[in-house]
Amino acid sequence: MWKKIFDWLDERLGLNDLYNTLLDRPEPRGNWWNTLGSASLFLFVLQGLTGIFLTIYYTPSPDHAYDSIQYIMEGVAFGWLIRGIHHWGASLMVLVVFIHMLRVFVTASYKYPRELTWFIGIGLLLATIGMGFTGYLLPWNQRSYWATTVGTQIAGTAPLIGEFILKALRGGPDLSALTLQRFFSAHIWIIPAILMALIGIHLYLIIKHGESHFPKKDE
Amino acid sequence: MSEAISRRDFIKVTTSIIGGIIGAAIGVPAVYYLIDPALREGAKEAWIPIGKLENMEIGKPYPFSFTRVQVNGWERTSTTRGGFVIRNSEDPNDLLILNSRCTHLACTVNWSETDQVYLCPCHDAKFSKEGEVLDGPPPRPLDRYAEFRVNEEGMLEIFYQEG
Repeated sequence: MWKKIFDWLDERLGLNDLYNTLLDRPEPRGNWWNTLGSASLFLFVLQGLTGIFLTIYYTPSPDHAYDSIQYIMEGVAFGWLIRGIHHWGASLMVLVVFIHMLRVFVTASYKYPRELTWFIGIGLLLATIGMGFTGYLLPWNQRSYWATTVGTQIAGTAPLIGEFILKALRGGPDLSALTLQRFFSAHIWIIPAILMALIGIHLYLIIKHGESHFPKKDE
Repeated sequence: MSEAISRRDFIKVTTSIIGGIIGAAIGVPAVYYLIDPALREGAKEAWIPIGKLENMEIGKPYPFSFTRVQVNGWERTSTTRGGFVIRNSEDPNDLLILNSRCTHLACTVNWSETDQVYLCPCHDAKFSKEGEVLDGPPPRPLDRYAEFRVNEEGMLEIFYQEG
């Protein structure tokens, strides 16, 4: 019965082909360091899911942001868990993405024909850090407020266009409700959309070229 | 038939089991997180003390008011309700408790000692001491708090229901 249903779907969707190309593809001999890309992807999905759940109670307004997070932590069943995973997962994701990049660098996996995979990886690292930067403001506590004040000020020291960047980031000369709102929007819509697009291309390239083998002494 | 399990199958099985455990460990709390507000019991009704019976003069409406605080998430809203107790005799059960909210558009009515009526400031409605409409637009008499009790300390309590 199930086999019949599966076969029917397989014939139309090509499930077995999909499985063979995506998950059962041949790999060169590697080690645990090769799993960091998958770990990053897992963390991205985890951050996405816990993030979606957090938006159920979180309110991006100066009047309510702090209280709504207080409520998530103390009022809602397992709110501490969902936010805890999102909080620690964020730091872990930056770390894992960075170590993943180091691994690719050390094993010289960025070379032909994988240069584009590397460039997109740079974009992914920047977007991940952007997620960290925008997410940091959302609790709207003293630490996040001043961290963002300093962070946007640093961006504002750029020559010539510094003031423009500062105002564009803050949505005005000062940190305000506009800053919180645009950081929230960047955090849940803009950067995730960029991340997803880049991840899609990154994964396509990995499947297209396969993983690189570790270089030998004479190479 | 060989009982040996291939390395590949072993990895598949353990991966799905561990993945399932991780999924459940996050998934089940996530569902609770989602439906948490639906599982809460709101305090929609309560016994509210409104005053010592001995302080209420017989035959004269005794005004009272109380405040209910509603907590929705991190927001608190308080509503103030009030009314009048009219004792007809010494009998602690022989009394009438009116809601001071006008039945027209929910303004608060006041007792006028000179006219011996409840006056609504919004549209000049008049209610008799027992809450009957005497004049003005209200469609029905003042509402009553039908359930009440007197506790051991002689405190009159009314049963309040939301809505």
